[in-house]
Amino acid sequence: MRGTLAAREARLAYLMLTPTFVIVFMIVLFPVLANFWISIKPVELADLRPPQPIVRERLQSEATQPGDDLVIRYQMRSSSQDVTIRDVVLFDTLPPGLTLTTDEPRCTIDDRNLACIFGTWEGGFRENVDLTFTTSPAYFEAGAPDPLESSPTMRGRAPNVLTNFTFTLDNFRRVFANPDFWPSLRITLWYTIFGTLSSILLGLFAAQLLDANFVGKGFLRGLFLFPYVAPVIAAAFAWAFLLDPLSGSVNAVLREYGLVEQAVNFLSRRTTDIDLFGLTIAWPMALSVVILFEAWRYFPFAFLFILARFQAIPRDMYEAADVDGASPLQRFWFITLPQLVGILSTLFLLRFIWTFNKFDDIFLLTGGAAGTKTLTVQVYDQAFALADLGAGAAVAVILFFILAIFMVFYFRYAPEGE
Amino acid sequence: MMPRPISGILAAALMGAATGTLFVLIWSLLATLTTSGASSAPLGWAFLSGAVLGATLGALRRGKDTPALASWLAGATVGLVWGLASNGAPLEFTHPFWATPAAVLTWALAGHTIRYGLRDVHLAAIDRYDVERLLLRALRAVGFTFFITIVVVPFWFMVASSLKPRALLLSDPTNLAIDLSRGLQELFVGYREVLITFDFARFILNSTFVSVVTVVVTLALAVLGAYAVTRLRFPGRNLLSRSILLIYMFPAIVLVIPLYTIFSQLGLRDTLPGLLVVYPATTLPVALYMLRSYFQTLPKDLEEAGMIDGSTRLGVIWRITLPLSLPALASVGLYVFMIAWNEFLFAFMFLDSPAIFTLSRGMVGLNSQEVPRQFLMAGAVIVTVPIMIIFFWFEKYLVGGLTAGGVKG
Repeated sequence: MRGTLAAREARLAYLMLTPTFVIVFMIVLFPVLANFWISIKPVELADLRPPQPIVRERLQSEATQPGDDLVIRYQMRSSSQDVTIRDVVLFDTLPPGLTLTTDEPRCTIDDRNLACIFGTWEGGFRENVDLTFTTSPAYFEAGAPDPLESSPTMRGRAPNVLTNFTFTLDNFRRVFANPDFWPSLRITLWYTIFGTLSSILLGLFAAQLLDANFVGKGFLRGLFLFPYVAPVIAAAFAWAFLLDPLSGSVNAVLREYGLVEQAVNFLSRRTTDIDLFGLTIAWPMALSVVILFEAWRYFPFAFLFILARFQAIPRDMYEAADVDGASPLQRFWFITLPQLVGILSTLFLLRFIWTFNKFDDIFLLTGGAAGTKTLTVQVYDQAFALADLGAGAAVAVILFFILAIFMVFYFRYAPEGE
Repeated sequence: MMPRPISGILAAALMGAATGTLFVLIWSLLATLTTSGASSAPLGWAFLSGAVLGATLGALRRGKDTPALASWLAGATVGLVWGLASNGAPLEFTHPFWATPAAVLTWALAGHTIRYGLRDVHLAAIDRYDVERLLLRALRAVGFTFFITIVVVPFWFMVASSLKPRALLLSDPTNLAIDLSRGLQELFVGYREVLITFDFARFILNSTFVSVVTVVVTLALAVLGAYAVTRLRFPGRNLLSRSILLIYMFPAIVLVIPLYTIFSQLGLRDTLPGLLVVYPATTLPVALYMLRSYFQTLPKDLEEAGMIDGSTRLGVIWRITLPLSLPALASVGLYVFMIAWNEFLFAFMFLDSPAIFTLSRGMVGLNSQEVPRQFLMAGAVIVTVPIMIIFFWFEKYLVGGLTAGGVKG
């Protein structure tokens, strides 16, 4: 009895989970596998439209009374110059009352359905077929309908690069041979490390500010979440215009205060020279700006979690510290910070992974120009800007493997229950 | 009056200097951003004046506090001196009427703030504890100013730019004031163009439709899934619980190429159903995770009572679990809505026909048509405002949702 009950419970559970399984498998797991598959196939963006036969229908001569001839011309060609299409067939629906008089053995009429079997087309094949029909009174009784009203369709089988069994490692070779690849890996790491750290530090600071009771606290908490809640596209556009060298307010204010002499092209300048104690450093300008954007947009995330954790710290710890005469900084250093270690490390790992995956923000701000091409932007660039799907998928595979290492870290070291 | 020890006065002077500098900086920024006039930030003078003001307030202290009136008056005096010494144009700021009153107001506020900053501190016997307290108070003031500035300025800029034609933007890029005298018709021309000519009205409907359907589908599936994971025993339950979040860490950019490929072949690309399959799939794991956390806090007894009364599982979920979970459903729903509304990558990759553009995709389309910046910023405001209204309205729930699931890319 227990056994069947347990089995029924399990069956119910699986039933309830099935829709989730199906949709997540279709849209997440299967695509990840498909990505591996594409990465070892020689496939380009154009291959997504497989070669196919194309037809145009024209009326060569019309009929005015029963017995007249009606001539339809089918202009057909292959959409591909080099790929062979097999089993090419043409279908069309004709008006009633037409009899085929042309001797065309490839075409047959069944009731009003015309079917022509053309067999195999070499690449670049084209042919015109004129079909002559004799009209009967039935045609005119039906109101002499225009034969062009139903458009013809064609079908054919062409090899699909995506589903055949041709494999290649060229995609990976091309990716590794690309002089952009290693710099892009380095840029990704800088972006991820500094973006993560700065957003968490800002979040910690902001949480510290709001960890007190005062009028307007709720309002400020809402306000501080703005950058995180706002659509990325609006925030990125606002930043891009704010930083614009010609009409951006930031440059105008900097110039007014005499902090810079010439407008700074924040988002399209790769490096700027900074003199530091007589040493000239080529400071990565655009990269710094996208890191700042990352910090700005995601500090609210860290802020929320740290604030929630603050409120869970037992107050008597502070009271005990007060009795012992601890100074404010000591309280922060010896009580607050140790209590935050768990949430801070979880936040670090989570944000690290997400920043590593980040695409929208950089893409919208710089499009990957001026030394900001991270691996994610590289994926897009290869696959869609350069129309090389295979190479894009190869970069995605590399990205995925690096990510897998981080995930192992996360699940090993993230404290439970945070 | 008792002679004050020098270290106490010094601390008060430094506090005053910091406050004065901060206030003059804020004043100068506000003057620059709200008027067409240029202004400077004489921070050196601000530091000095602030130090004098701080020292004065320190010297005027009775016990642990300065009289309120004294702090206002001392501050206002400094402001008046600034106005007089600069011939009525402090900050080289040329507005004839507002310049000196602004100086008086700024410094009076500064005086009051310095007093507030020095509260409860025994200047006569200042020790390390007090110094740290003062330091942290100063840091708090700087922190609030900093965060409010970085959060407000980009959005303020966005709204201000959406109300200004190109010529005004170029001629006076520091002026973010909204000139109401140009008339409402004229001000909102960008919004009218974007909404009507560039079809954003339709995109709002599309975005709303996509987001609402995503929320409904995601919630329906997540409720079932989360209930199964928390309440039912089945082989593989632990593994499943652990892998939910793992799925959520899969980067969208890795999914884009295969989904683009598959959807192109199936004819699902450039259709709203295509998008409506992807959005729930990408939000489901986090929704499930959040709901699971909530269901774990619900007592089992009620459900068991329902079961004994002869209800089916689905009946129990519908009549007992769901009503109890309304706050959690609201949180998760809002959160999913936010993700769907803000989503950029898939909308950008999948949608080609303007008739089915979401707002994010519409913004990219607008950007590629080389329209004036005013229109783009109007578009940005249109994308942002609905989500902000919803956010402020339901902030409590959304914050709960964000921290409960704690997850978004």
